[in-house]
Amino acid sequence: MIYTNVETIPGRRIVEHFGIVQGSTVRAKHLGRDLMASLKNIVGGELKGYTELLQDSREEATHRMGEQARQMGANAVVNIRFATSSVAQGAAELFVYGTAVRVE
Amino acid sequence: MEILLQHADLVLFFILLCLGYGVGSWAERRHYTSITKREKEFAHLPVVTGRESYIIGEAEKSTLVTGSVVVSIDYFKRLLAILRNIFGGNVKSYESLIDRARREAILRMKEKAKEKGADIIINLRLETSAIGQSANKKRQVGSVEAVAYGTAVSLIKQ
Repeated sequence: MIYTNVETIPGRRIVEHFGIVQGSTVRAKHLGRDLMASLKNIVGGELKGYTELLQDSREEATHRMGEQARQMGANAVVNIRFATSSVAQGAAELFVYGTAVRVE
Repeated sequence: MEILLQHADLVLFFILLCLGYGVGSWAERRHYTSITKREKEFAHLPVVTGRESYIIGEAEKSTLVTGSVVVSIDYFKRLLAILRNIFGGNVKSYESLIDRARREAILRMKEKAKEKGADIIINLRLETSAIGQSANKKRQVGSVEAVAYGTAVSLIKQ
């Protein structure tokens, strides 16, 4: 599976378009990491736990999108966009969408 | 001594303030040094917001790369921001926080692109969102997430 965020895949030729595919995950933000986070809120700096959590969730969402594209018979997803929204207090939704295509 | 005990919350506030100012500005300076150092290191790997027209030569492989970071503001700067709310104007403390987050996210993306042997990153997109409202109870946004993503393209070597 090839992913890009431009309309084409540089170096390859698209032969078929399948339409939009999407994947999303909803993650709660406090998982014991909250204690560390509130300590970090005093001195500032990177919240490594959250960085990892969000990175993993985004990968998971991308994976789900890829799975959907594979079922359509695509072997690449182009024009990918990421979006984050808070659905409830303390929970975030990570959303990925793109266009499934088949390349040579 | 008794006065100190009577005003324990006030003392705690000042301790947190000093801790925030001391450690916070030290950490920020250190982070900026590391950012400028790594930016020089990766200067030969161009990142553009434009598209295919920026590719010079024949593209061989392309892949999506992302980089993200969550950074939190310190106690002292948060107080400054609250004070700023009274008078209005530039909230400098938040400016540097977001600037750091974005540059760090771009650098992490570049690191991943380099691992994959990329020569250029096209169509860079940056996104920022507020995270961790639950972490501080005053409904003040204390931390932001910056995400950078783009398409890493490697060229056919002549």
